[in-house]
Amino acid sequence: MALSTSQTKVGDTYREQVVDNLPRTQIVQYAGASGDYNPIHTDEIWATQVAGYPTVFAHGMLTMGLTGKALTNFVGDGRLTNYGVRFVRQVWPGDTLTTAIEVTALRSEGGQNVADVAITTTNQNGEAVLTGSATARLDP
Amino acid sequence: MAIERFPVEASHILMFARAVGDTNPIYADAEYAASTEVGGIIAPPTFGQSSAQFDPNYFLRPKPGQPWFGSGKEPSGIKREKKEGESSGAASGGLHAEQHFTYHRQLRPGDVLRGTELPGTTWEKEGKRSGKLVFTENITEYRDQHGELVLTARGVGVRTERVIES
Repeated sequence: MALSTSQTKVGDTYREQVVDNLPRTQIVQYAGASGDYNPIHTDEIWATQVAGYPTVFAHGMLTMGLTGKALTNFVGDGRLTNYGVRFVRQVWPGDTLTTAIEVTALRSEGGQNVADVAITTTNQNGEAVLTGSATARLDP
Repeated sequence: MAIERFPVEASHILMFARAVGDTNPIYADAEYAASTEVGGIIAPPTFGQSSAQFDPNYFLRPKPGQPWFGSGKEPSGIKREKKEGESSGAASGGLHAEQHFTYHRQLRPGDVLRGTELPGTTWEKEGKRSGKLVFTENITEYRDQHGELVLTARGVGVRTERVIES
């Protein structure tokens, strides 16, 4: 279901938990699907002993992908015209992430009604791990 | 990165959607997808990043007959001395700071994309936790087999002086 112009207001919000207790294996699963096998995400020995991190951590693009699920659940399938994020904090195995989306503007773009949204994904400690924005086409 | 040929395939979309925990049938069920507004399976919004699968020289994929910098018998398969003050980020190719996609249309199975890299900028910043940060932007335009622009991807990578632990 896509958003409609008549029923969407600036300030509308949407929240969704996008992962619970992130498993290391899901990070590996994302490596396989995306093709990014960086051992910083997939190899505990390398990440800790060579790179000096406390453990492996998720690809930023996994967090963006998890967040994208909440985004498309809110705006509808095939409606995005833009989606951009900053990775502001690392995501570690065991993290539980929640995405919050807020409609910030309703406007016309190329003859179509669109909504701009602000996006924040936070971890179980309430710390932002990703911030971003997106634009989606609305039904008339 | 320049990508000569990135064929978008339904099974790859299915695997990618699974990896991001997205059970939406628009990515997996052709019959369901045909009954919706979009009319068929489409790719999830961040799928374009998996163009790395089709870069023959992508450095973050192990390749037969070549040493891999991750662990095997030893913690790293590549012997190299860490230079004084060198970042861990440098060893892993840096961290991803930003990613932006502009969708000119949705990606669908059957598309065969070609990615062309545009010049990006580089800038520096002093970080509180990480020391000097060097940011590098890369922009890739993906066109389909008819030459139509379908996706613009803009990534920003960062290299840090020190390991960032959270």
